[in-house]
Amino acid sequence: MNVADDKGRKKTLLEINQLKKYYPIKGGLLQRVQSHVKAVENVSFKLYEGESLGVVGESGCGKSTLGKAILGLEELTAGTVKFKETEIQSLRKKEKLKFVKEMQMIFQDPFASLNPRQKIGPAIAEVFSIHTSMSAKEKKLAVMDLLKEVGLKEEHYDRFPHEFSGGQRQRIGIARAICLNPSFIICDEAVSALDVSVQAQVLKLLKTLQQKYQLSYMFISHDLGVVRYFCDRVLVMYLGNTVEEGKVEDLYNAPLHPYTQALLSAIPRPTIEKKRNRIRLQGDLPNPADPPSGCPFHTRCPIARAQCMEEKPQWREYGEEHYAACHFAGESIFKEAK
Amino acid sequence: MGEALLEVKNMITEFRTADGYLPAVRDVSFSLNKGETLCIVGESGCGKSITSLSIIGLLPSNGRIASGEIKFEGEAIQSHTSEQMRQIRGNQISMIFQEPMTALNPVLTIGYQLREPLMIHEKLSKKEAHKKGIDLLKSVGIPYPEKRMNQYPHELSGGMRQRVMIAIALSCNPGLLIADEPTTALDVTIQAQILDLINDLKQEYHMGVIMVTHDMGVVAEVADRVMVMYAGKKVEEGTVEEIFNHPKHPYTIGLLNSVPDVDKPDFELEAIPGSLPSLNQQIHGCRFHERCKFAKETCKQQEPPAFDLSHSHSVSCWLEAEEVINQ
Repeated sequence: MNVADDKGRKKTLLEINQLKKYYPIKGGLLQRVQSHVKAVENVSFKLYEGESLGVVGESGCGKSTLGKAILGLEELTAGTVKFKETEIQSLRKKEKLKFVKEMQMIFQDPFASLNPRQKIGPAIAEVFSIHTSMSAKEKKLAVMDLLKEVGLKEEHYDRFPHEFSGGQRQRIGIARAICLNPSFIICDEAVSALDVSVQAQVLKLLKTLQQKYQLSYMFISHDLGVVRYFCDRVLVMYLGNTVEEGKVEDLYNAPLHPYTQALLSAIPRPTIEKKRNRIRLQGDLPNPADPPSGCPFHTRCPIARAQCMEEKPQWREYGEEHYAACHFAGESIFKEAK
Repeated sequence: MGEALLEVKNMITEFRTADGYLPAVRDVSFSLNKGETLCIVGESGCGKSITSLSIIGLLPSNGRIASGEIKFEGEAIQSHTSEQMRQIRGNQISMIFQEPMTALNPVLTIGYQLREPLMIHEKLSKKEAHKKGIDLLKSVGIPYPEKRMNQYPHELSGGMRQRVMIAIALSCNPGLLIADEPTTALDVTIQAQILDLINDLKQEYHMGVIMVTHDMGVVAEVADRVMVMYAGKKVEEGTVEEIFNHPKHPYTIGLLNSVPDVDKPDFELEAIPGSLPSLNQQIHGCRFHERCKFAKETCKQQEPPAFDLSHSHSVSCWLEAEEVINQ
């Protein structure tokens, strides 16, 4: 669901340009910086209003770091984050507060992000205490409404986090994220820890809220099935780099980058009808402190050639809103494997 | 039909709690043939892990098998002493756990942990065990096995650790391998590698495999037969074709519909409302009726028995009762 202006163009909510995040590795006697872990390397993308952008990749590819860097929870090494036409990465704390309200995050493990000794009602009401000047009574009423909104009951107000199931806790996480009417929410593996039946419930809730409040989501996940169901566009990351970006239909039907093709073929499908042609990637993700030369994927790529080891591929447009970084984008990896 | 390897009959596993004994596995029966993979599916808390722990005799100290029979290669093992179980465990029945980091000992080298079962069960010398250990690491696809023998678990990646776990589990050529969510903590690309590995090794060693999982995709990939559990009970059992193409129990159908399908863009998710009842909750009739949209009056009063639809497919649901009787 996209919100378009009267000319049919989509409105940009968030624009990330050349974002980098390096973590220093210190060592030696004087604890000098010896090298860097390049967690996020040159990531740029746009997020439109009312849309869901999926960010997928293996663990350690930098997708969570990217989310945190956008929210300002991690300091950027380089690059800009433009939110509603304002560059927010260098704002002072006070100026930033205005934008922070509009950007929220839902975490993977809601139990870890709730104080086990604080009741749920006050835990949600805390957000209002920081950002608004509501009276205690108003706050309580607002929290009650929120609880109903996310499918919980009023009597849950006075309960502790341990009294809830995983799905209910994630609903509490969602309630906390939407309470200030944000326009942008980052879901960092928000449904990964849940059972499939509960996962479906939470995904449906997120979709309902999106339609009601015109929310934009950045949906970080390693589950490509969920991303296909939930998102409009997808960004594929590998070792801190974006390797492909495109609309869900384009990317799933005609993946350009060999990594995307391999990821899609590796998913176990819940059907038994056809035996698919599958590609197995060999080996693990390389160490991000010592990335391979040239294309970061060449060590595991089934169609890698000499050029890939030396030259880093450019980020190019191959179709409408469909980008990839590969010298041989569009070439199928399946022929080679046979 | 192959040779029966494991037979579980009417097993009830209980836990001692402050509220008395609570059954976590209620009257579950199934069997497994040599060279066959059985997948046990269900949500967390449905008793699937406890079923596998009961078989291998690793229940927590407050758990016990209250009744029923577990026959492994024709021998009843449920009342074995812990010493007798130790002879079987790691030798004839092995287990792979979900989180390899917690299952491997962080202060011992990979080599030590690989040699241990070989020296205890196969009575190999240290030198022989070391050599066999290297072979095992090679067979699970670990590069530089000689170097890995002297490394510690934290030096390996998640996929590598899980491979080491598999190597240890296979070291004594077990007849039965129990894998409890072996790939849940891994990325899809690594998951695919591990599932292929388990499948290849199963064929090579002609093992029986019990795979506990909640991922229907994994089930479709590896299973020969599937057992669906809900709240401690078996609700449906059948071959993988029967379960995926003709699921009968509303819960099985619900599980299949709540997994988004990557190949179908217009897939509509159907969530199962509510959540799993807790162990101490008293439920009359079918244990699923509160979440079931087809529930009838009978479902609330009487617990459904298992109805056989074919020699391999059975389902515990009243909806099927009429059809079976009509036939």
